[in-house]
Amino acid sequence: MPKGITYFDHEKCKGCGLCVEYCPQNILYQDKKTLNESGYNIVSVSEPDKCIGCAFCAMMCPDSVIKVEVIK
Amino acid sequence: MAETTVKYEKTKGLTDKPLSYCPGCTHGIVHKLVGEALVDLDILDKAIGVASVGCSVFSYEFFNCDAQQAPHGRACAEATGIKRVLPDNIVFTYQGDGDLASIGIAETIHAANRGENITVIFVNNAIYGMTGGQMAPTSLKGQKTTTSQDGRDTDWTGNPIKISEMLATIEGVAYIERVSVHDPKHYLKAKKAIKKAFQYQKEKKGFTLIEVVSTCPVNWGMKPVDAMKWLSKEMIPVFPLGVYKDKGDNHES
Ligand SMILES: Cc1ncc(C[n+]2csc(CCOP(=O)(O)OP(=O)(O)O)c2C)c(N)n1
Ligand code: SF4
Ligand code: SF4
Ligand code: SF4
Ligand SMILES: [Mg+2]
Repeated sequence: MPKGITYFDHEKCKGCGLCVEYCPQNILYQDKKTLNESGYNIVSVSEPDKCIGCAFCAMMCPDSVIKVEVIK
Repeated sequence: MAETTVKYEKTKGLTDKPLSYCPGCTHGIVHKLVGEALVDLDILDKAIGVASVGCSVFSYEFFNCDAQQAPHGRACAEATGIKRVLPDNIVFTYQGDGDLASIGIAETIHAANRGENITVIFVNNAIYGMTGGQMAPTSLKGQKTTTSQDGRDTDWTGNPIKISEMLATIEGVAYIERVSVHDPKHYLKAKKAIKKAFQYQKEKKGFTLIEVVSTCPVNWGMKPVDAMKWLSKEMIPVFPLGVYKDKGDNHES
């Protein structure tokens, strides 16, 4: 059971990789096969069950792509 | 289904317009901090921003409040006029290091010296980002830019100018802190500082300035993650973080 859930507004992503770098659980990755309309590789979650809901990814995203919910 | 609470989402302090910044540029992070601070303090409807000239020239499109756009370097002068006419509004400038520390240094020092009750958000990325990466007065010793291709020669061009330290000596200044946004811990610290600056303005304490040590991945020629590392390793020793001036809490309220 994950402690957090992430939602990505993929169209706003610029593929900068900051969220990937700062996730302490190392569960984010840049999906090299999927581009958004602007041509950037979007970010996906490899193991959603491991998310701890810390929101580090969301804080460090300059483009407000990520929303994080915590499961009570 | 388990119950959930929102831990983080896009702040209502910013509009839905996509930011014009390059991928991984910390301007976006600083915009979020300003928006979040205005929302948390419930002053978004009273806030008036003054955009400057630099990559953040369109910041008036991104802050979800009233805003103007000042000529290069003149943001503090423009904010002075706005605040004097509308003293009950919360007035802030958003300026880069080229804008504030180069062409606008006179306006900045005099606004501070007059103790203007405004808040300055000073984004120091040690370079002129918008115009293609020229040396700024804040560029580090040895830093390679398009106008210092062998690295900044401090014998010829002086040393990186320390705005927070300089302005802290001025009587009219209520609060100055230098913060950074290179990891989540510093993000939260920076948010606290920006909120405190706006709070002091609400309490009419005087001039407040938050210097945010920032990146320009494109003109530094680095990936965004490497730029964050360079900021932390190279910039912070030259621009130490911390509170440079604090007039203290207002006990009247
Ligand atoms: C009067 C005038 N002089 C020079 C310029 C060219 N110019 C535009 S932005 C800029 C500096 C921007 O650097 P900074 O304030 O550090 O902002 P950044 O883009 O790095 O965020 C300069 C010199 C101008 N637009 N107007
Ligand atoms: S909330 Fe924390 S654990 Fe979950 S994806 Fe984001 S950074 Fe990783
Ligand atoms: S930090 Fe934001 S813009 Fe950058 S890759 Fe992650 S989701 Fe995309
Ligand atoms: S040029 Fe530099 S400061 Fe300007 S938006 Fe791009 S990365 Fe940011
Ligand atoms: Mg700059």
